[in-house]
Amino acid sequence: MPYTTYLVEKGASHSFVAEAKPPTVTMPRIKALMTGSLPGFVDVIRNLNSPALLEDSVIRQAKAAGKRIVFYGDETWVKLFPKHFVEYDGTTSFFVSDYTEVDNNVTRHLDKVLKRGDWDILILHYLGLDHIGHISGPNSPLIGQKLSEMDSVLMKIHTSLQSKERETPLPNLLVLCGDHGMSETGSHGASSTEEVNTPLILISSAFERKPGDIRHPKHVQQTDVAATLAIALGLPIPKDSVGSLLFPVVEGRPMREQLRFLHLNTVQLSKLLQENVPSYEKDPGFEQFKMSERLHGNWIRLYLEEKHSEVLFNLGSKVLRQYLDALKTLSLSLSAQVAQYDIYSMMVGTVVVLEVLTLLLLSVPQALRRKAELEVPLSSPGFSLLFYLVILVLSAVHVIVCTSAESSCYFCGLSWLAAGGVMVLASALLCVTVSVLTNVLVGGNTPRKNPVHPSSRWSELDLLILLGTAGHVLSLGASSFVEEEHQTWYFLVNTLCLALSQETYRNYFLGDDGEPPCGLCVEQGHDGATAAWQDGPGCDVLERDKGHGSPSTSEVLRGREKWMVLASPWLILACCRLLRSLNQTGVQWAHRPDLGHWLTSSDHKAELSVLAALSLLIVFVLVQRGCSPVSKAALALGLLGVYCYRAAIGSVRFPWRPDSKDISKGIIEARFVYVFVLGILFTGTKDLLKSQVIAADFKLKTVGLWEIYSGLVLLAALLFRPHNLPVLAFSLLIQTLMTKFIWKPLRHDAAEITVMHYWFGQAFFYFQGNSNNIATVDISAGFVGLDTYVEIPAVLLTAFGTYAGPVLWASHLVHFLSSETRSGSALSHACFCYALICSIPVSTYIVLVTSLRYHLFIWSVFSPKLLYEGMHLLITAAVCVFFTAMDQTRLTQS
Amino acid sequence: MKDNDIKRLLYTHLLCIFSIILSVFIPSLFLENFSILETHLTWLCICSGFVTAVNLVLYLVVKPNTSSKRSSLSHKVTRFLKCCIYFLMSCFSFHVIFVLYGAPLIELALETFLFAVILSTFTTVPCLCLLGPNLKAWLRVFSRNGVTSIWENSLQITTISSFVGAWLGALPIPLDWERPWQVWPISCTLGATFGYVAGLVISPLWIYWNRKQLTYKNN
Repeated sequence: MPYTTYLVEKGASHSFVAEAKPPTVTMPRIKALMTGSLPGFVDVIRNLNSPALLEDSVIRQAKAAGKRIVFYGDETWVKLFPKHFVEYDGTTSFFVSDYTEVDNNVTRHLDKVLKRGDWDILILHYLGLDHIGHISGPNSPLIGQKLSEMDSVLMKIHTSLQSKERETPLPNLLVLCGDHGMSETGSHGASSTEEVNTPLILISSAFERKPGDIRHPKHVQQTDVAATLAIALGLPIPKDSVGSLLFPVVEGRPMREQLRFLHLNTVQLSKLLQENVPSYEKDPGFEQFKMSERLHGNWIRLYLEEKHSEVLFNLGSKVLRQYLDALKTLSLSLSAQVAQYDIYSMMVGTVVVLEVLTLLLLSVPQALRRKAELEVPLSSPGFSLLFYLVILVLSAVHVIVCTSAESSCYFCGLSWLAAGGVMVLASALLCVTVSVLTNVLVGGNTPRKNPVHPSSRWSELDLLILLGTAGHVLSLGASSFVEEEHQTWYFLVNTLCLALSQETYRNYFLGDDGEPPCGLCVEQGHDGATAAWQDGPGCDVLERDKGHGSPSTSEVLRGREKWMVLASPWLILACCRLLRSLNQTGVQWAHRPDLGHWLTSSDHKAELSVLAALSLLIVFVLVQRGCSPVSKAALALGLLGVYCYRAAIGSVRFPWRPDSKDISKGIIEARFVYVFVLGILFTGTKDLLKSQVIAADFKLKTVGLWEIYSGLVLLAALLFRPHNLPVLAFSLLIQTLMTKFIWKPLRHDAAEITVMHYWFGQAFFYFQGNSNNIATVDISAGFVGLDTYVEIPAVLLTAFGTYAGPVLWASHLVHFLSSETRSGSALSHACFCYALICSIPVSTYIVLVTSLRYHLFIWSVFSPKLLYEGMHLLITAAVCVFFTAMDQTRLTQS
Repeated sequence: MKDNDIKRLLYTHLLCIFSIILSVFIPSLFLENFSILETHLTWLCICSGFVTAVNLVLYLVVKPNTSSKRSSLSHKVTRFLKCCIYFLMSCFSFHVIFVLYGAPLIELALETFLFAVILSTFTTVPCLCLLGPNLKAWLRVFSRNGVTSIWENSLQITTISSFVGAWLGALPIPLDWERPWQVWPISCTLGATFGYVAGLVISPLWIYWNRKQLTYKNN
């Protein structure tokens, strides 16, 4: 870059190496440059709903001051600062493989805008260099060409500015900077030296030309740019800026102005310090600030008295040094405040989660035994000493960490009672884990009589379930797999269906010598492969969880039913395939056309209406069979109400009123449906309570559970958008098919059924159109039947609408297991398995995210997924409480 | 006797692997711009043709199944036609399964179908050669404890390993590496091929290691 080098060496310029804080990704870096603050994890989660930057920034101050800002380049700016630019042309940065078009898009405006001169600030963000790095790395021959192109752009701007300067009184400032560096492989995001160091060159005719050592430019922080720009433009420094003024820039000004600038900066920083640190008065930076303010006052007095200039100068430079020291300390302590992950609190949380997981895993053999007794040895005296010791150690660690840490820490900020509670919990869990572990190790060889030769008992299905769970957990470590998690679930569910169909074939054809149909073997071969194992025991599946042999199923079922059993996995597969093309989610293939978009476009309202009505009809037919007559009627009216609601808000229409223009919010219709939902739920609860109190019959309880389930279905039907109603219908259809033709005849045990329910629940979460991106949450579900935003119902409704798939499958599981009680402990087995299968991915994910916290996509991919997982965990906890409640009623009954 | 059989099995398998390797290198002598990734469909056709031919030749030469009943020409022809029909049916049913697994329905239909063809080549063709169009025999071989010779045992292993290879081949598709081999169905066909080759290598070794435990009804 010959021209830039010339400017740096000879011209009026200052050059620095600006150090960017990780993560070195464009969006946070632009924020840092413009606001001077250090955006963190929480910051992004806070701003998730509005991508626009709400904080104070140089741009915002400039806008407020009436400056006209023009922007060309990366679209991120336009998203961050909407309506701030008088003129802009954003270039999308998603197509990394393009590196000429993106820059031409910026340069083509340049001549025009430079000639015009009706702007105050011009921002250009060139993308090509970054893209070349992504494609072919830092040693690519393309880099040289790109750099010389950039050099010519710089020359163009600089010469035009110089020619313009003759007309205007004020000098221009040209700032050349990078948002992040480039690693050895050409990417960025992490915290290596190459990625963190960026150039920063300030060019202006106001600077003195002074020959200096340009080989070793000074290292400064990237956040300093905001403060410097604000001062240079005569604007207030952004409120949250932690940067300090780049002093060489103002060195040419008179002493009084220099001091004034520094004073402005330190006042802003100390205010920020006061807001963020409770004990700010003890901070060394603050003390220095007070000191230098006093000295500054003295200097002003001297200056006004116009003493001897020598004394004035000496005192002035002393004040200056004092100010610079104060700035440095303040800036350091502030950026240490903001930029750190709160490792200690994270560790405490992770340890508690991992302890619970270990406990769950250790009690697997115990919990899945016939009786399902999960006894947690809370009061074993041998470990009480250990318990107190651990508490002591933990409190000591807590005190040491909290007193020595410079940064604020959430866990230290808690009250002593809460922190103590957490420590007691952690140590109690540790002791329990240790005692369970010793139990397992010591008593491991004695009680192993009935259960098992594990290897011989496992069928393909169990193997698939284990492998699938392990594979899913492992896949959470890769950002693309998190983005495309729906693909994982669809894949697993499909494989599960194939494995099931193989199992049905084996049960029906290897027992008797009926004439096999054509094409069967091909499929069977494939199924065997997907289950990854062929010679598993076929008969054990039948006898699973049953002490006594059952009559061979193939003798019981004949004729049509048999064919239904054989066909049902294929029907389910076809349903899944249809649902999959209903909503395209994820990132890579999200732009593909899907049925959902086709249906929601206004041209296809008639089709959408027919489909919605049909789905509601299917829902009614499938749900009504388990209900009592009263709730049957309620359900029918409720579903009608759902259709009326959708018609009222104008997404579907009635055949007799083809073009109704009056679109309301549908409050009355929605509340009409809510009444029925509550009514059905109430009836269900009443039945459950009655069955518990009177202990009359077992049937009443089943009906009660089914009514609760149908109430939830009705609520989901109300909250789902009309094009998603087929998801609900298909979900019910699949549940019916599975119950009737697969779980009942094949007699899977409770654990397998639970895992299948969980997998289908997850798949339906994505069939609904959800993804691991916050943007896909359907917030409109929270406003159904509400006039204004009311927080608690809105949050509850949105959560239910989002997690309707998993919740419906879980409630179906409760109903199915309690209606099918073959062995008494099925429900508690299922509860344990459900808790385990949900907590394994979550806890692994927590550990993964902690270790990947400097990953490139930590904010865009991993942290939204963490939010989703957290929410899912809450819902799982609710489901498990429900399970346990049902189990309790069973216990009191017997 | 048994060791001799295993040796023959090994040689036939080596020949199959050799045919796959040839299908990679020979076409580049005759065709311009041939490479597995860029002209993938051509390679699929060639590879499938090679493997089928080698399987047929081996079947005619080695004749592993000893039931050499004298049969008329018309019987042979119907048998051959039946085999062809079975092969086509297996291709179509694989195609259906791929679409159910999420392959696009209309676009890329040719690619999907050729993937079905190559997977059938790796699985159905050896079955047809060895067992003939006899569904009962197929059921027997692919059920538990149903194999009666090392040939059927190796058939079982290679078939399963090609399926597993194809299944595993689908895993890298969602990753954002933007490599040419991540395009549907290249990773799956490559996975199936590697699975098949692995099965060919593993099965003689596995049979050799377990030759003491393996007792077949016939011998």
